[in-house]
Amino acid sequence: MAASTFEQVRNIASDIFGIPLEKITAESSPETIENWDSMQHLNLVLAIEEKFGVQLDPEDIEQMKNIGAVAALVEKLQSAPR
Amino acid sequence: MSDSISNSPSDPKADERNPSNLRAEVDGLIARGAFDLARRRLAELWRRDPASGTASFVTSRLDELGDKLALTKFKLAILRSFTVEPIVPLLRAEAFAYGIDLEVHVGDFNTYVQDMLDSQSTLYRFAPNAVVLAVRADQAAPELWRDFADLAPDLAQQAAERVVRGYEQWIGAFRKHSQAALIIHSLERPSAPSLGVLDDQSESGQSGVIRQINRELRRIAEGFHGVHSLDYDALVARYGSEHWHDERKWLMARLPIAANHLLHMAREWMRFIVPLSGRTAKVLVVDLDNTLWGGVIGEDGMAGIKVGSEYPGAAYQALQRALLDLSRKGILLAVCSKNNLDDAMEALEKHPGMLVRPKHFAAMRINWTDKAQNLREIAQELNVGIDSLAFLDDNPFEREQVRAAFPEVTVIDLGRNPLEYASAVRNCAAFERLTLSSEDQQRTEMYAAQKQRAGAEQNFQSKEDFFRFLEQEAELEPVSDLTLARIAQLTQKTNQFNLTTRRYTEPQIAELAKEPEWHIFSIRVRDRFGDHGLVGVAIAHDEGEQCEVDTFLLSCRVIGRTVETALLAHLAESAAQRGRKRLVGWFLPTKKNAPARDFYPQHGFERQEANGTGSLWTLDLDRSTLRCPDWIKLKVTTEA
Repeated sequence: MAASTFEQVRNIASDIFGIPLEKITAESSPETIENWDSMQHLNLVLAIEEKFGVQLDPEDIEQMKNIGAVAALVEKLQSAPR
Repeated sequence: MSDSISNSPSDPKADERNPSNLRAEVDGLIARGAFDLARRRLAELWRRDPASGTASFVTSRLDELGDKLALTKFKLAILRSFTVEPIVPLLRAEAFAYGIDLEVHVGDFNTYVQDMLDSQSTLYRFAPNAVVLAVRADQAAPELWRDFADLAPDLAQQAAERVVRGYEQWIGAFRKHSQAALIIHSLERPSAPSLGVLDDQSESGQSGVIRQINRELRRIAEGFHGVHSLDYDALVARYGSEHWHDERKWLMARLPIAANHLLHMAREWMRFIVPLSGRTAKVLVVDLDNTLWGGVIGEDGMAGIKVGSEYPGAAYQALQRALLDLSRKGILLAVCSKNNLDDAMEALEKHPGMLVRPKHFAAMRINWTDKAQNLREIAQELNVGIDSLAFLDDNPFEREQVRAAFPEVTVIDLGRNPLEYASAVRNCAAFERLTLSSEDQQRTEMYAAQKQRAGAEQNFQSKEDFFRFLEQEAELEPVSDLTLARIAQLTQKTNQFNLTTRRYTEPQIAELAKEPEWHIFSIRVRDRFGDHGLVGVAIAHDEGEQCEVDTFLLSCRVIGRTVETALLAHLAESAAQRGRKRLVGWFLPTKKNAPARDFYPQHGFERQEANGTGSLWTLDLDRSTLRCPDWIKLKVTTEA
């Protein structure tokens, strides 16, 4: 059974930031995760694009304030592909 | 493929492990100190999902493991005019898959000229083994990139010459300060020249000038030792310039390559890094059935296998062309196939669709022994280390067995579509070479000539040495309460080395055991690698002057090691002791028991009759010379 979008995003974040899965929540953000800097933000964007086959605009990327927002963004892009 | 319960090193559940379980398993193995197994699982994780997230996980665990895995260390510096940081984890994970521990230094943004000219730069202090110069045309030749159409032709020409002189200067300085390899990205052709189709109608258009620069760069590279050209255009073309480029990322983060293609950039760099690091494969060992041709020669015959210029055989011809290209680079080819020798050789020698022939192979192992052992022998015969071998087999179980036995062998992953086999071979960086000597080009012929001189004796001698090396001990005993269950189980499960494929339940075996005319034996084998347990069963019954072999089977784990000879010899000797004159037995062919087809004739039996179900073979016990081979230490318990 495929994991939910949120679960998949959490897994990606766990890999990219090197943090155990349990510690990643919807509220996890650059404020709560120490090595979530601009380069890591880019890495996260690329991993999301690669995994879900979506393309993120600069406006989308700005809206990625926390993991919950990232998952919501992915769902929105998947339901209405550009 | 095992057809009896075994504790073989391969893990049949490989397909069932999912990525998050694998991650947890890897961490567990590292914590327990099971580093080699952790390495295998990490490699598997990467193979299944070569993506950015996985790359981060794999590289972080590799860093944790440090020197505990004996990987080849290699230092790579990347000088660049664009963002490459997101590619680095992908590159390091790919390198790991080739057995390389890659340390990467990324130069500062756009400082490649200073980095190369300044002997005290961080580049030289890093002391790389190789350097990639990843510079785009918009930086290397800005005046030729943006507003080319405004340039008068002679000014364009001067600009081109300035660019080329610049490169020549940087490369010259680099070579003075370092002996490291230098890999230079060629300049990309413009995807939208100002003048549209008019541009390419002359060599002095924008595309033409860029091409000219690239030609000059290649010429300069040839003049230096260890300077190589990376054809960036060809790389982009493979995936399509429109898909490769990500204008949004370029504007946002100076990353011109789309997320899906970062891995492809990494893999292109690997095509240079692998030969430079020495982690190349010198020999490719290939399977035959469903790898070199479609189908199984032992079952489908010459008329049934698929190899030719039309679909579906064309896929296999394409693969064979890829193999021939490998041998042109000095890579040796070898065959390792579970087949009867004559079936396989007939196809190799005579099938009209084949492009490779026996003469193209430096070594062959066509038998029923397990492939890991055959690979060991091939490496020995060709005088190369096991880590120089690559392995190509359509069967995922065989691939997994070889990975488990030899993590250092390059096992090429094949999907289920034969149309993709040729690319799988061509895309394997272990076959890339940066130099070619005349010896490389003649290597295959040299081996063919040597093989002819040595003849068949060489193989036979090494086989006997191998049997002695095994130090096999066998225990042969009549059926007992302790062995009854296992004997029945083997009759039910064994398909390959089984002459009559008769299935018995435990009660049936128990009944037969009570009959005085029936004789049931089991054989248990131990060798230097461990105890294989009860691996063979023979059931015979006396009828007048003859003893008939009702059942004769052997677990595929010990096929081809003469254990079967020991068991048959005992049947013959005990029958003779009971006063029988002949030992007879049927061979009833099935789809799966080709390995047993030549068993009786190989042991001196003569064919007495044949019909639709099979053939009957007979051995005259008065004249039989059948004996247990002297390299097996045999202990026989006689019947009560």
